[in-house]
Amino acid sequence: MSQDTVKRDRPWLMRTYSGHSSAKASNELYRMNLSKGQTGLSVAFDLPTQTGYDSDHPLARGEVGKVGVPIDHIGDMEALFDSIPLDQMNTSMTINATAPWLLALYVAVAERQGVDPAKLEGTTQNDVLKEYLSRGTYIFPPAPSVRLTTDLIAYTVENIPKWNPTNICSYHLQEAGATPTQELAYALSTAITILDAVRESGQIPPDRFAAVVGRISFFVNAGIRFVEETCKLRAFGAMWDKVARERYGVEDEKKRRFRYGVQVNSLGLTESQPENNVQRIVLEMLAVTLSKNARARAIQLPAWNEALGLPRPWDQQWALRMQQVLALETDLLEYGDLLDGSPVVEAKVRELIEGAEAEMARVAEQGGMVQAIESGYVKRELVKSHTRRMRDIESGDLKIVGVNCYRETAESPLTGGSDSGIMKVDVQAERDQINALQAFRAGRDQSAVDAALAKLRADAVDGSNIMPGSIACARAGVTTGEWSEVLREVFGEYRAPTGIDIAMAGQAGSEAMDQVRARVRKTSEELGRPLRLLIGKPGLDGHSNGAEQIAVKGRDAGFEIVYEGIRLTPSHIARAAQEEGVHLIGLSVLSGSHLELVEDIQAELARIGASDVPLIIGGIIPDDDAQQLLDHGVQAVFTPKDVDMNLIMANMVDIIRRDNGLEELA
Amino acid sequence: MPQPASSLDITGLAEAVCRGERAALARALNLLDDQRSHSREQASALLRQLEAQQPGDKGHLIGMTGPPGAGKSSLTAALISVWRQRGLRVGVLAVDPSSPISGGALLGDRLRMKTSADDDGVFIRSLACRGEFGGLSAEVWPMSLVMLAAFDIAMIETVGVGQREIDVSRICDTTCYVAQPGSGDSVQFLKAGILEVPHVLVVNKEDMGAVARRTLAELGTALSRGHADGNWEVPVLSASATSGTGIEALADTLAKHRSTLQLSQCLLTRRKRYRAQWILKRLQDEFGSHGIGQLGGEQAVLERLAQDNTSLFEGLQGLRQLLLGPALNKQI
Repeated sequence: MSQDTVKRDRPWLMRTYSGHSSAKASNELYRMNLSKGQTGLSVAFDLPTQTGYDSDHPLARGEVGKVGVPIDHIGDMEALFDSIPLDQMNTSMTINATAPWLLALYVAVAERQGVDPAKLEGTTQNDVLKEYLSRGTYIFPPAPSVRLTTDLIAYTVENIPKWNPTNICSYHLQEAGATPTQELAYALSTAITILDAVRESGQIPPDRFAAVVGRISFFVNAGIRFVEETCKLRAFGAMWDKVARERYGVEDEKKRRFRYGVQVNSLGLTESQPENNVQRIVLEMLAVTLSKNARARAIQLPAWNEALGLPRPWDQQWALRMQQVLALETDLLEYGDLLDGSPVVEAKVRELIEGAEAEMARVAEQGGMVQAIESGYVKRELVKSHTRRMRDIESGDLKIVGVNCYRETAESPLTGGSDSGIMKVDVQAERDQINALQAFRAGRDQSAVDAALAKLRADAVDGSNIMPGSIACARAGVTTGEWSEVLREVFGEYRAPTGIDIAMAGQAGSEAMDQVRARVRKTSEELGRPLRLLIGKPGLDGHSNGAEQIAVKGRDAGFEIVYEGIRLTPSHIARAAQEEGVHLIGLSVLSGSHLELVEDIQAELARIGASDVPLIIGGIIPDDDAQQLLDHGVQAVFTPKDVDMNLIMANMVDIIRRDNGLEELA
Repeated sequence: MPQPASSLDITGLAEAVCRGERAALARALNLLDDQRSHSREQASALLRQLEAQQPGDKGHLIGMTGPPGAGKSSLTAALISVWRQRGLRVGVLAVDPSSPISGGALLGDRLRMKTSADDDGVFIRSLACRGEFGGLSAEVWPMSLVMLAAFDIAMIETVGVGQREIDVSRICDTTCYVAQPGSGDSVQFLKAGILEVPHVLVVNKEDMGAVARRTLAELGTALSRGHADGNWEVPVLSASATSGTGIEALADTLAKHRSTLQLSQCLLTRRKRYRAQWILKRLQDEFGSHGIGQLGGEQAVLERLAQDNTSLFEGLQGLRQLLLGPALNKQI
């Protein structure tokens, strides 16, 4: 069969999740990526932008431009899309708590480019509920968060009809440990909670409601068990069709379609022998492309070196090329659905649906996703699943090549270069961003800013849709921090349940664990009181798996654990360590700002007279930085390579013993 | 590195605690937690110093108890902000359950008591109850005395499942029970006589509406209002930590209970009685009723302790030595 007689399906949108340092640097990267054949943009914002702080806020220190691009105001947004006509672009923005604000900036930039906002195409992630369970970039309590989410949906359905106002995410649930069944159940329960809220808000007339359902899209994960993952996506399609039809009465089949984008699994990417991640990523991509009827609309792939640090342009290019090879070189797009009619697949799909429906019923019994999150139920279920996964890795029941089996390796030429195979963000970028922000503030019309913020506050209080006032703020030169601060004052802030208070059967058993417990007990006796460990997550990064697993394991080992969840300031952590009289502080930082945060915490400890407490840290920490931390008095640095939790526990006991002048244990 | 035992300046430490210095307070609490014999001696000396440097009726020791999920920590947080607005300084001991398997524990209450990291007027120490099921750890009361020396208000927050409510009421000036709307627990406890113990009852989550009002009504009618302590009618209040309602009134009521105690000159005698009971309980745990019998029975022990002006640990140690004989002077 010759190429030109075959009708091929149009490939999915190909994106790379990217952004760093500054709007200008990110704009250059985007234009380069587009020239390489990328067909859409996926904007990564830095943590201050995601959590509503200006770049010069004290909490933003060390985080500006690290995991994404800093956007403080319309000037930054304009620079980000310089020479990229917005009416010809499909832009996905991974933004949640501040989603209405970033969309407002996007609309205002379109206006400046002379583009009719009604023509804009793209996606705002705008799924705050999952942020309480994973990732952690929430700001407000659940009720006002749901209101902001629904305001954005209602606004775009009427004013920007091709916009995907929310991407209900199961992606981050899997990263937090969710099984396929849990992913299905919690993502669909979230979608129901949000759609119900839109309906109850009365902003959309009933005869237009099908349009709202039709605009809901999903953001899904695909792990290495790619057969089961394909089945999961088929299950998603069937379940969503049923929800749309039965719960919301949507007649139009097209509006009931399960539309999703995907980023394949990052949780399973390894720091050891990182080149193996390439084949993992490719297999995971198969999961979301193989079955035509359950194929992704947009795909972004992680880079092979994500577990090491930030990827370089070349690493991202490699990830894009994987997609292009599958879409353009293979014959995948020439066929109809390959799996239809397979009894094996059908049985698996049925099993997943049954499990997910049972779990959805449990959430519904509690009153819905908001209640099940507030009570800590969902988070606990996720922590349990993740704990099981970690135990299986530790015991070897779950095999990870290069991590718990076949660890022998020749030296890798990929990580040997002068940059150790990762991208280094220019430290000058943060200072430049702050200077530019302060100059911008000085140059704007303050009375226009004040008036826009007053209107925003009034809208927030009286329940008006938040978007028109936010767009007016964007035009007037309001900053990200100012927009967020007004809403913080109106709505208040929130701390989500940590989920670590789980009771799990079968924790007794392993010999290694018994040995650790004996060491903890002996050391506690010698020091006269139980060993106490403070686990701190400083900075704005909300990836809390590591902290949670150390907390659960530490408790099982006999430590008394103080853990207060994510996003704590250095002074909060230092004071908690002092007040709680802990023997050791364990920090977890995955955003790359470990050097600044450790420096700040050490300074705080010294200021309050508590610098005698030893400090350890875990996170994605490059070797050079690890050495620097050790040189500055940090007692140990753990990275994703350290999967043996018993060994970590034993190390912690040794550090406490050394710090207290006790002799070494055999 | 912790200070070597011998170099610890107990007088200086006590003075710093009384000044409310946080580093000193942390060290004092660590010391009281420490079971080693030389630390027990120092702890004993510290408590004696604190008693000497402070009037015996200083401050207000409040016990906050109730079933899991009733929102005690959130209510405590709300009270803390009211007290801070009134210029009062607050120390909290938050007691969490520990794991029966490993002895480990998750101390999570701080999370729900989020206060400003820059406020020197609040200090929270979490404690695991460390295997004493149904009861409070022996360390809790001595620690609360340190909190009282440093702060205007010291609060012990504990998950109450029957026995612990009674325990906490045996060391605090005022015991406050937080009821969960709509749960049968409160009525069950009422039947079991446990709700005879608290001085203040509060139904949290009044924002839940009808359910909360019903629980309030049930408690209001079922309770015999006069407290066994005499001179005090037990109020049943309604509040919501979430919406911030009823918190001022709760703070007022707690303060009123303390002033009632003080006016009737009960505060000091009650604290002395509790001290005697704490020592008695430690002796019972260690020597059983046989040991108490050797000392002439409970009443004799309590009377003897009423005359005793030494510190908590010294009082205990004195009686232990009587039982063990001087040759067996082991560590406590």
